[in-house]
Amino acid sequence: MSELLAGWPLLSIVTFLPAAGAALILLSRASLGGVNQGYDNGVKLLALLVTIVTFVASLFAFSVFDPGNPDYQLTENHPWAFGLSYAMGVDTLAMSLIMLTTFLMPLCILASWVIEKQVSSYMVLFLLLETLMIGVFCAQDIVLFYIFFEGGLIPMFILIGVWGGERRVYAAFKFFLYTLLGSLLMLVAIVVMISIAGTSNIPALTAYAAQTGFDPNLQIWLWLAFFASFAVKMPMWPVHTWLPDAHVEAPTAASVVLAAILLKMGGYGFLRFSLPMFPEASHYFKYFVFALSVIAIVWASLVAFRQLDMKKLIAYSSVAHMGFVTMGIFSGNEQGVQGAIFQMLSHGVISGALFLCVGVVYDRMHTREIAFYGGLVNRMPVYAAVFMLFTMGNVGLPGTSGFPGEILTMVGAFQVNAWVAAVAALGVIFSAAYALTLYRKVAFGVIENPKLDAITDLNAREWVTFVPLIVATLLMGLAPAYVLDFTQNSARAVVAAFAGAGP
Amino acid sequence: MNPAADLAHSLSFAQPELLLAGFALAGAIVGAWGKDRAFGFLCLAGVAVIAGAGILAATSGPVAPVSIFQGAMVADGVGAFAKVLIALAGAATLALGADHFTATREQRFEFPLLVTLAVLGMFVMVSAQDLISLYVGVELQSLAAYVLAAWRRDDARSSEAGLKYFVLSAISSGLLLFGSSYVYGFTGSIHFDAIGAAVHEGAGGVGLIFGLVLMLCALGFKMSAAPFHMWTPDVYEGAPTPVTAFFAAAPKAAAVALMARVLYEPFAHASEQWQQVVAALAAISMVWGSLAALVQTNLKRLMAYSSIGNMGFALMGLASGTEQGPSSALLYLTLYLPATIGVFALILAMRREGAAAETIDDLAGLAQKRPWMAALFTMLLFSVAGIPPFAGFIGKLAVFTSAIDGGLMWLAIVGGVAAVVAAAYYLRLLASIWFAAPAAPLQAPSGVVMLTATAAAALTFPVLVLLLGAIEGWAETAVRMSF
Repeated sequence: MSELLAGWPLLSIVTFLPAAGAALILLSRASLGGVNQGYDNGVKLLALLVTIVTFVASLFAFSVFDPGNPDYQLTENHPWAFGLSYAMGVDTLAMSLIMLTTFLMPLCILASWVIEKQVSSYMVLFLLLETLMIGVFCAQDIVLFYIFFEGGLIPMFILIGVWGGERRVYAAFKFFLYTLLGSLLMLVAIVVMISIAGTSNIPALTAYAAQTGFDPNLQIWLWLAFFASFAVKMPMWPVHTWLPDAHVEAPTAASVVLAAILLKMGGYGFLRFSLPMFPEASHYFKYFVFALSVIAIVWASLVAFRQLDMKKLIAYSSVAHMGFVTMGIFSGNEQGVQGAIFQMLSHGVISGALFLCVGVVYDRMHTREIAFYGGLVNRMPVYAAVFMLFTMGNVGLPGTSGFPGEILTMVGAFQVNAWVAAVAALGVIFSAAYALTLYRKVAFGVIENPKLDAITDLNAREWVTFVPLIVATLLMGLAPAYVLDFTQNSARAVVAAFAGAGP
Repeated sequence: MNPAADLAHSLSFAQPELLLAGFALAGAIVGAWGKDRAFGFLCLAGVAVIAGAGILAATSGPVAPVSIFQGAMVADGVGAFAKVLIALAGAATLALGADHFTATREQRFEFPLLVTLAVLGMFVMVSAQDLISLYVGVELQSLAAYVLAAWRRDDARSSEAGLKYFVLSAISSGLLLFGSSYVYGFTGSIHFDAIGAAVHEGAGGVGLIFGLVLMLCALGFKMSAAPFHMWTPDVYEGAPTPVTAFFAAAPKAAAVALMARVLYEPFAHASEQWQQVVAALAAISMVWGSLAALVQTNLKRLMAYSSIGNMGFALMGLASGTEQGPSSALLYLTLYLPATIGVFALILAMRREGAAAETIDDLAGLAQKRPWMAALFTMLLFSVAGIPPFAGFIGKLAVFTSAIDGGLMWLAIVGGVAAVVAAAYYLRLLASIWFAAPAAPLQAPSGVVMLTATAAAALTFPVLVLLLGAIEGWAETAVRMSF
């Protein structure tokens, strides 16, 4: 197989397949003109097909990829203007995030089957979003990375604003402007780096940082500029406030993409840029990040406990879980970084699944109010079981994918500072409190709301959506070594770069 | 070289200008006989002539600068580059105008001729090599522009626009002459080369700088850089939309190229003196252009502030004082102008029952009624806002790079923050297009409009990916060979 695929620009194919699908939908719309139910269903099927083909293509890339090789692989490089280049390539970290993306996208399209408004526009934007997200992880040129990173805002802005809930316009603006401000400061920093190092190639910049190194005083400023962008994206306390709004107002599938993939770009950015390129500054700011992380873990868990809206609760739980990721990344040892990567992948699956769970009842009842529900186990036993599994995953129960990431990040943090790990452990307890409370209120008890009498259990489409997620959650929980062995090389590279600059 | 030989030699390098001037004069005669029945023909011919002048400039222009008309003008790469941009913008907006005025039954034959004369003025501006031809070029362009702004004689807003433009512009012309007289007085020459040599030797002192600053103020006025922008919103709003589109595109390219020439040829050795002035113009334009636009409801006023802000970004490139400075500013314009013409084409298309619809609310729900128009609007506005992956982003990247290389880090940061504020008002437009409930339906847009907008949108992304390297290479070579 790998000989057959040698020489193909596999990463470009994976990246731009969804965009080609979007173009196909646009063409079909232009040529058919009329818009009716049948056409909408056709568009949905086409989008599903495109995302599945993309997933298959990414599997091909995965099969060619050698996780034992620490270098960037599947590289493509074409010079463009300004000394910039169209350079693609992946290491194990990027590859795993690409797999997460292509794996989740067909499920998102399935979850979007209920969309009835402007279906073709919706699917076009969704496919473009997939291209931009995959591109972020493939880009080997820092400006190309920025183009993909920033470009993702556009489809997301429109998705939230058109297909979102009541306060969607406010949420869309907040999402866009918040993230743009962070990113433009990063752009200025990127230009400074290119002008100093004389290259925009990410591996070359990393090598420059390792050999020559950016001036430590300058590093502080560059680190802060990158931090401004990634911390907003992550999101870290106190710049997380866009997230609950965006999540609550976004349509289900957009919430899934937001939580599962877009948030990971922040962690990816820290691992790809902040630690390897500004190691001195990363050491300097280590405790600052730890402080923000544990505040996020404890505070967001407490806030989550008080939420009345299911999606908002899960959004705050995302903030808390991302706190574990930043804590693990900046502990700078192998356990911490590995744990952070694992937590990112696991959170991608579990939070995505939880938003889909909310979507299931929202599609039926059109409310996300926790108090509205209660006793769903009586009418929806299968749903209750599925929801239970992912709630457990969210809590970090051993056996689900939530556990290895949390424990490893805490082990990593413990080696640096026991107090940080201790406070973070407190957050685990809180997370059990809010997640189980949510579950109890929604699923257990007797049905008191007469409107729930007619609610139906999962249909075939929802079954198909959840089964892959269940399998992934259990597989990653029971056999984490597969993932951890795979991401080892990337983690070690980050740790080596970081440790080299240590005091 | 004797005068006759010099004239023949010079004329051979001035073919584009000759073509434009010849058409304007011949067209006046045709118009005098044919009256307004000649409108359609003259517009068609005008588009062809302006485009032809652009092609001539692109192909016949020499790579190494050639001094012509006894040093009054120059034929060089920067001039050729700017002329192509001007011709492209002029031809596109003339085509839009022909289409629009036919629909509104305002077919007066002077329109194509005035546009041609304005384009001729700009051609002279960008090849000026002494203070006299600089002034003549600026005035030729401005005089045509005053008449165009007041095109709807019976309309109070249009007349007001013309009058306002005329009075304020006359003041700036006065400043230009006053500043030029200082420069002449302190260096003893009107030729850029001689001025440059004198500046290099340290001639002039404060008086020279005084003259330079006055000239920069006047040029800032012509390119509508804040704080010399006050005419822009009123003129943009009052003038007929095709004229506004013309103002928003071609003169900007001419003014930026001219300013690049003035700063980097005669005053290249005084860059410490002018850098702070230009940087201040850039910063004020970017900040004011984005803040003031936030409260606008009329699309044309909003685009006026948008162009003020965008001129600030182009000035950021010029302010750097580095070798890449002028080429980054030219590149910025190359990527910005098509998008802005495209936006104006779409604004032209917004008509309801024969009347123009010009407010943000008129766009409401466009995505549901006319998805293709909405998609074009989205691409073009994001490009003007400088959001990747669209062309405007590459332009912003280029000027940021020049500013940082030139040591103007603060300016780059101001630009970054201004770009976020600016994004907010472009998003307001897009929110209306995508999120709002549909307003009363708009008329079906004409073919010319949609073609222009689609071509402009194509330039913001797909074509750009392939052509950017070539455009960038051309701009850089042109600047390196010329300055």
